[in-house]
Amino acid sequence: MKKTVIFGALTVAGLAAGAAAAGTLDDVKARGKLNCGVTTGLVGFAAPDANGNWDGFDVGVCRAVAAAVLGDPTAVEFVPTTGKTRFTALASGEIDMLARNTTWTFSRDVDLKFEFVGVNYYDGQGFMVPAELGVSSAKELDGATVCIQTGTTTELNLADFFRANNISYEPVPIETNAEAQQQYLAGACDVYTTDASGLAATRATFENPSAHVLLPEIISKEPLGPLVRHGDNNWGDVVRWTLNALISAEELGVTSANIGEMASGTNNPEINRLLGTEGTLGEMLGLSADWAKNAIMAGGNYGELFEKNIGENTPIGLARGLNAQWTDGGLIYSPPFR
Amino acid sequence: MSDTSFVRTEMLPEKDPPATSVGAIGWARANLFDGWFNSVLTILSLAFIWYVLAGVIPWVFQSVWNATSLTECREIMSETWGSTHGHACWGVINDRWLQLLYGFYPPYPVTPDVNAGDGTGMLPAYFRPNLAFVLLLVAISPVLFTNLPRKLLIVSAAYPFLMPWLMWGGSIWGPVMVAAGFGIGFLAYRIVNPLAGSLTAIIAAIFVPIIWWLTLAGPVAGVLEGIVSISIPEVESRRFGGFMLSILIGVVAIGCSLPIGIFLALGRQSDLLIVKSLCVGFIEFIRGVPLITLLFVASVLLNIFLPPGTEFDIILRVLIMVTLFAAAYMAEVIRGGLAALPKGQYEGADSLGLNYWQAQRLIIMPQALKISIPGIVSTFIGVFKDTTLVSIIGLLDPLGLSNAIRADAAWNGIYWELFAFIAVLFFVFCFSMSRYSMYLERKLHTGH
Repeated sequence: MKKTVIFGALTVAGLAAGAAAAGTLDDVKARGKLNCGVTTGLVGFAAPDANGNWDGFDVGVCRAVAAAVLGDPTAVEFVPTTGKTRFTALASGEIDMLARNTTWTFSRDVDLKFEFVGVNYYDGQGFMVPAELGVSSAKELDGATVCIQTGTTTELNLADFFRANNISYEPVPIETNAEAQQQYLAGACDVYTTDASGLAATRATFENPSAHVLLPEIISKEPLGPLVRHGDNNWGDVVRWTLNALISAEELGVTSANIGEMASGTNNPEINRLLGTEGTLGEMLGLSADWAKNAIMAGGNYGELFEKNIGENTPIGLARGLNAQWTDGGLIYSPPFR
Repeated sequence: MSDTSFVRTEMLPEKDPPATSVGAIGWARANLFDGWFNSVLTILSLAFIWYVLAGVIPWVFQSVWNATSLTECREIMSETWGSTHGHACWGVINDRWLQLLYGFYPPYPVTPDVNAGDGTGMLPAYFRPNLAFVLLLVAISPVLFTNLPRKLLIVSAAYPFLMPWLMWGGSIWGPVMVAAGFGIGFLAYRIVNPLAGSLTAIIAAIFVPIIWWLTLAGPVAGVLEGIVSISIPEVESRRFGGFMLSILIGVVAIGCSLPIGIFLALGRQSDLLIVKSLCVGFIEFIRGVPLITLLFVASVLLNIFLPPGTEFDIILRVLIMVTLFAAAYMAEVIRGGLAALPKGQYEGADSLGLNYWQAQRLIIMPQALKISIPGIVSTFIGVFKDTTLVSIIGLLDPLGLSNAIRADAAWNGIYWELFAFIAVLFFVFCFSMSRYSMYLERKLHTGH
């Protein structure tokens, strides 16, 4: 952007259509920055700190991709998107990828013409109730008032669940998570329902978290993952395999601490291929040989990102659960690097 | 007959009024306890005020300023007062007030890359937005207060070009070339007017600058930048945020909507069919659509229509939409002022032999605008507050930032403190606008 903004506005009408139809990978390399769509703020997943630096679990994916492509985890322009603007921002090319706790669904993948490159967090909708209510299962919630965010899939899941179990409820519509916290604490509703990760984060902020319990039922599947535009398969591969590299790194025991020594060569050929000391995987993607090494060094492997941002030692305190490696009984599984 | 008299012959000295009807007691009796009904109302009101203040004042003043997280706040509260209830945690404001004011604007944009190195010691932090704000005050003061030296109007004229340069940075020649466009338009008018008449001249004055801006201004600015390079580091729009963004959108919308609104109002009253239908269509369309819809158009729809790779700045798009929105409302407010003028004023202007523009400038507008001041200022205040809607399209204005701040694990769960701070900021601005409008009404209250 050499010209000023005013010129941008004045000349925009004169710009011919059909500019640069090159691949996203080339665009990102030429720009020297990755435009990554994130939320406007979700605890543990993406939030700016006091200096305006973004941090979080989804942000970690953006940084890993930037490191893989450009070799610099800070070469990211974070574009805050809301639930309403996220898909258009991606479809219009304003952002190169979206890492914004977005549920992978059929219609988003097929109808909206996006490509989910994988899952970085398996979430599901849960319930939180005050412990003094003495409820131990969501099926005992007959007649309860439920705080629910309007216009989300959680609203539909809730209706389905209560109908399937033939019990009734009274919805208390709310707009944001912050509002829900206030309403729930003020006793405007007996139950708060949203994604289990959000419930855990919310409960962690309460003065007395132990006075509230998360019910065991998880009533929906919410696989959250990064996505890219349909049709640019090279770019989709780059993002997909960067995410896979983070996951494989955890499985293979490659961490940001020991990666320096591992990158000088190990006895495990898969680690060598991943880190670029053997084979030409980077070249096949159109990236440098040490792309995965850069990606892992950006914020650590999948497990490290998880522990640092949302794991059990953080205020959010999420257990790995479904998000453990497949070797530990979870669902996190990367195809082999071969 | 004795001269005994039953009528007092000398005046008694004046007595003080009874103690119950003067001083504080007298005032209270006259104003607060005037009859049993008013007494009951007074007591009820006092009880209510007491109830509110008893909650709010301890909350505001028995509060924690030095804390880096909500948990720490709560620990300090429990230690000091034994309870976490009814005490504000201003630590969040202490921690994030710069962000709430400036968003992600770099404090020291002195190097080409705003991330690299800070310019500590060279310039005060947030030098550029602060300077732009001070200049704003300088630029609007001669417009607001007529007793200031008229030479200050030069600052007012330069400000629309200076402000974008200060805020976004880049080469000085860009804004200069944009300003040159207006000069070129004026020249075109002066040259064409004697040659081809006034209507052609007006058309030329509109189209020649547009052609200049679209085609020549960019290259010429580039050449001049090559010869004499005067530029400051650029700051991307994405870094704008906080209250600075609200003020920016508010000031631009307010500044541009008034002239546009005047022309729309005049156009609506015009006898020229096309002008009139265009103005009516525009006003009714914009007024018939909620602002949030226009913002979605700006953020979402334009992206799809514009060719891929076009970088049409998001803040600029929002600025344009908010300005158009405000202008439509402004036009209706001014039309109300025009309609309130007696017909005699128009006829008087005609009888003096003034042409249309002279009549508008000298007779109609001064009176119509004076009548419309309260409406104009409420529109301004409304627009300023509407700027918070941009948080819905992902721009981080104060309300958007309050959400982002809550997303930090340290401050998750904090609620009222952020809103209270933002409310105070907005109140200061809206209240000053309202007071200024009352001052102006008093000053202009010349007739009858």
